[in-house]
Order: sequence, then structure tokens, then C-alpha cells
Amino acid sequence: MSGTLVVAEHVRGRVRDVTRELVTAAQELPRPVAVAVIAATPAPLAEAVDVAGVDEVIAVTAGGDEFENDVYQDALAALIKEREPDVVVAGFTVNSMGFAPAVAARAGFGFASDVFAFSVSDGQVVARRAFYGAKVHAEVELPSGVPAVLLLRPTVWAQAEGAGSASRSELTVETRASRARHVNFVEAPVADVDITAADFLLSIGRGIGDRENIERFRALAEKMGATLSVSRPIVDSGWMPSARQVGQSGKTVKPKVYLAFGISGAVQHLAGMKASGTIIAVNTDPEAAIFGVAHYGAVLDLFDVADELEKLY
Amino acid sequence: MKTVVCVKQVAVLGDEVEFTGDERDVDPDYLERSLNEWDVSAVEEALRIKESLGEGEVVVVTVGDDESEEALRRCLAMGADRAIRVAAEGIDDADPLTIARGLAAVAKREEPDLVLTGVQSSDSVQAATGVMLAELLDFARVAVVSKVTLDAGSRKAEVHRELEGGLLDVVEVDLPALLTIQTGINEPRYANLRAIKQANLKEIEETALEHEGPGAYRVRRMFVPERGAGAELLGDNPGDVAARIVELVRGRLS
Repeated sequence: MSGTLVVAEHVRGRVRDVTRELVTAAQELPRPVAVAVIAATPAPLAEAVDVAGVDEVIAVTAGGDEFENDVYQDALAALIKEREPDVVVAGFTVNSMGFAPAVAARAGFGFASDVFAFSVSDGQVVARRAFYGAKVHAEVELPSGVPAVLLLRPTVWAQAEGAGSASRSELTVETRASRARHVNFVEAPVADVDITAADFLLSIGRGIGDRENIERFRALAEKMGATLSVSRPIVDSGWMPSARQVGQSGKTVKPKVYLAFGISGAVQHLAGMKASGTIIAVNTDPEAAIFGVAHYGAVLDLFDVADELEKLY
Repeated sequence: MKTVVCVKQVAVLGDEVEFTGDERDVDPDYLERSLNEWDVSAVEEALRIKESLGEGEVVVVTVGDDESEEALRRCLAMGADRAIRVAAEGIDDADPLTIARGLAAVAKREEPDLVLTGVQSSDSVQAATGVMLAELLDFARVAVVSKVTLDAGSRKAEVHRELEGGLLDVVEVDLPALLTIQTGINEPRYANLRAIKQANLKEIEETALEHEGPGAYRVRRMFVPERGAGAELLGDNPGDVAARIVELVRGRLS
């Protein structure tokens, strides 16, 4: 059989948005699309993934209600064995990172992650992905004759919408006892500021160099009427709390204006801000990926621009 | 407690790029090399575990070319006990499954209680090599770990898995285990001059990479992506740029 198998992702009883993006992506291939929902009680979740474009929803009963990588690995391996899809797509997400590479390694399947375009011709799966700080793109060929497991970059494809009329099927997979067990969830700490509510974000990244410079940009943001946000390296360094972090592991923001100083634009950062109304980026590297999503840019030393902005407020 | 940490000497591309003759990789002359940022956090975490237990060994392993030894020396200078390089060259040795097989051969011999890797490498961003390695070793594994609390007595660890949006999944994992380590989990130490000198004198064990079947993929070609319209440039005079920014901001917010 040739077909595309989509692995749905859910947390705490809700299907994550990336799943509907995967459905859109899967429809690019001219072949049936099956979506598998893996959970102890998959039925209510199966309902939520029956969107337009899905041919079959497979409710897979396995494991507990929350994600565990051994359960997902065993369930996906069983699904592939039974359905023999030639392409399997899942999100390039923390959950998928925990099990999808293991399924591919065990069986010798093809694998590529952070994929943002793909095609199949004459049985050859070709995926497009980035290398070297996203400055270079590549076409990679997946091995022929075995399924290709592709982890697709979130926010590239639109979410599939509209009620579907997929056929339903069920599968129960006996999985091994998990060696890594879900205990509970801990929410991100409550913050003094909600960067997702701001109309204007002044966002700073690694380019600011030193912790001492944070205060300067906090003051500049205040003068300009902006809220200060940051990219991941600033949080990793312990210079600002994670509540101010823009990106996949932080907050997804959509302000009217996003003014970025010294942010090169890691993929995870871009996913969290590219829907902003107007993006202005200042960076010394003309090849920085942030210029690929920015509407306006300046290839300059951010401190020189900050000096001048301070004079104007 | 024996910990194996898998590291990578990543390649960083500057402002300019040229490709190799077959267009399947960037010409190495245009790449700078350094120890992968995520791996620095993984080495630091392994050293902290050893220090907190007061015993153990930290062995660092890489798959790569001669220049990768630099990454191993930096780990030794941070405090790793031993270093092993699996010699490999070029783009066909660089897919996550081929690398994981190379690491697995060494890790099996070492019989560690714990294997740490970075979440991903900055130059190829697969976030896959660690979990593939865990599977080849038949180890329990957790990806994207932002906190580790080890209970050596009960052979378990409680770890935080950092999900999208900052939500943390608390996971109990059995040892032996492989954890892929997220940046920000710790503040990595700097090596002092004396440690760097000592590290340069240490022997690095070397083994050959065995190819055991096709890789996860094969690079067909690399290219510089079309930028599309791209950003409108605001000029190269800081004063003018600042004035344009103010104008844009006021216009959009009014």
C-alpha cells in the first residue's frame, strides 16, 4: 500500500495545532491520508482530527493518556507494520524527538527532521531542510524501498480546517512497560508581564553581548512604549526570566511591531514571531535568517542604532 | 556512575558561502568550527552529576574528522576524564543514523549508566542522533531535558522534559538511560589555562567508523535559498535608520 500516515499530537486532552498543519502537508502527496491518534482513550481525540482532507482516522489504544516515548515508539512501529505507509509525518516537536528517530533507527527507515517541503516521485522521497544556521538549504534523498519518517517544521503549513468525513478504524497495541514514565506537568512560572498582549515588542538577542546591556534596552523599550522581550540565549544565560522569551519553547507573539536587535533568527525563534504585523531587524550579519522574515532591516551595529534611538525619545 | 557524553564539533557559516565541487556540502574553507552549544551543557551536567555523587567517570565521544579533536580537548579541559574519537569524514558520514551507529559501537564497549547528548547540533538541527543512539543501545531515553535529579541508589532519575510553550513534563526514567540536554539547564564552567594545557597533553583514543547499512538520508544538493522579496533595507547610517524606525513604529501603532 502507498499512503501517508500522520501521527497526531496531543497534550492534556487537546490536539495540538501542529496536527492540523500535518494534515495540510500530507495532502500535497496524491495518496490517501490516515491520521493516527495514540492514547489510552483515543476516541474523543479522534473526533478532533477528523478535518477536511483526512481519509481515515485510526484510533490507537495504547499506553496512558499522556505522551510516553516507549508507548509512541511501539504504537508507531506497529502501525507502520500493519499499514505499510511509504511516508510517515509527525511534527518537529519535543514529543516526536523522543520516539520518531528511535522507530527509524530500529527498522532502518529513512528519517529527516525540520523538513519544510517534500515530494515523492518514482518512489523516491525527497525532503528539503536547512543546514548551517539556516543559511543553506538542502534536498535530501530518503532511502528507497522503506518508509520515510519526516518530522515537519511547525508553522510552515496552514492548519487544515472544516469538518471531515473520514472513515474510522481502531487498533489496540500492547506496548512494553514504559522505561520513562509521565509523572505530572509543571506550568511555566506566572509572569509579571504578558508579552503576547503587547502591541509593540522590542526584542533582544545574543548580539547584545553582555548582561550589563539588558538595563539599557529595558530603558529604551520603556521610552519607546515597547515591551521588552528576548530570544532563548538571553534566558539560557539567566539574564531574563523565561516569561519574556519569544519562540517555540517560549511564547508565540503577534504584535503590531516587532523590533529585533541582535537576533540572528533561529528556526524556533522565527516560528514564534513571524506572524507579527511589521518586523524590523537590526543585525550585523547580512545573512542572518531574521532578514528572511523581516519587513525592514538594517545591517548595522545594534548599539549604534540604539544610541540614535535614545536621542529621538 | 559512568557517564558517556556525545559531542560534536559543529561548523558555523560566515557571511560568504561556496559549495564543494559536487554541490553536496559547503566548502570547508568557508566554515568555522566550534563545540556545539548544547553539548557544552551536556558535558557540564555530566560533570555536576559526578561531583555531586563524589565518584564516577565522564567519557566524551565524538564522530568526526581530525579537527573534531578540538571539541574533545575542550571537554577534557572542562574536566572530562577520557576522550574517544570515531574517525569520520564528509557529508556521507554526517546523517544522524550513521553518527548514532558510530557512537553506539563505542558506547556499548564503555557500558555507561548514563549517556548524555545535546538536544541538537547547531549546524544540522536534526534533534535525532541521541534518540537513535538510545535505541541502538536499547536504553530508556528522554529528549529535551531541562533538569536532572538522579537517584543513583534506586537506579532512577527524575527529569524535566521541556515542551513547547514552556510547559514541563516531569518524567521518571530508569537507568541506564540516555538524556538529550537542553541549553539553559546549567551554567557551563570555563576551563582555566592550566586545565587547557593539561587537556592538550592527554591522549585521545581513536577508532574507525563502521558503515552498517544506509544512512537516514543522503544529501543530493545544497544551495543558497531564494530570499523572496526579503527585508527592505533602511540604510547604513545609524541616525537615518533610527529615524525610519521611529516613523515606522509611530505609523503602525497609531
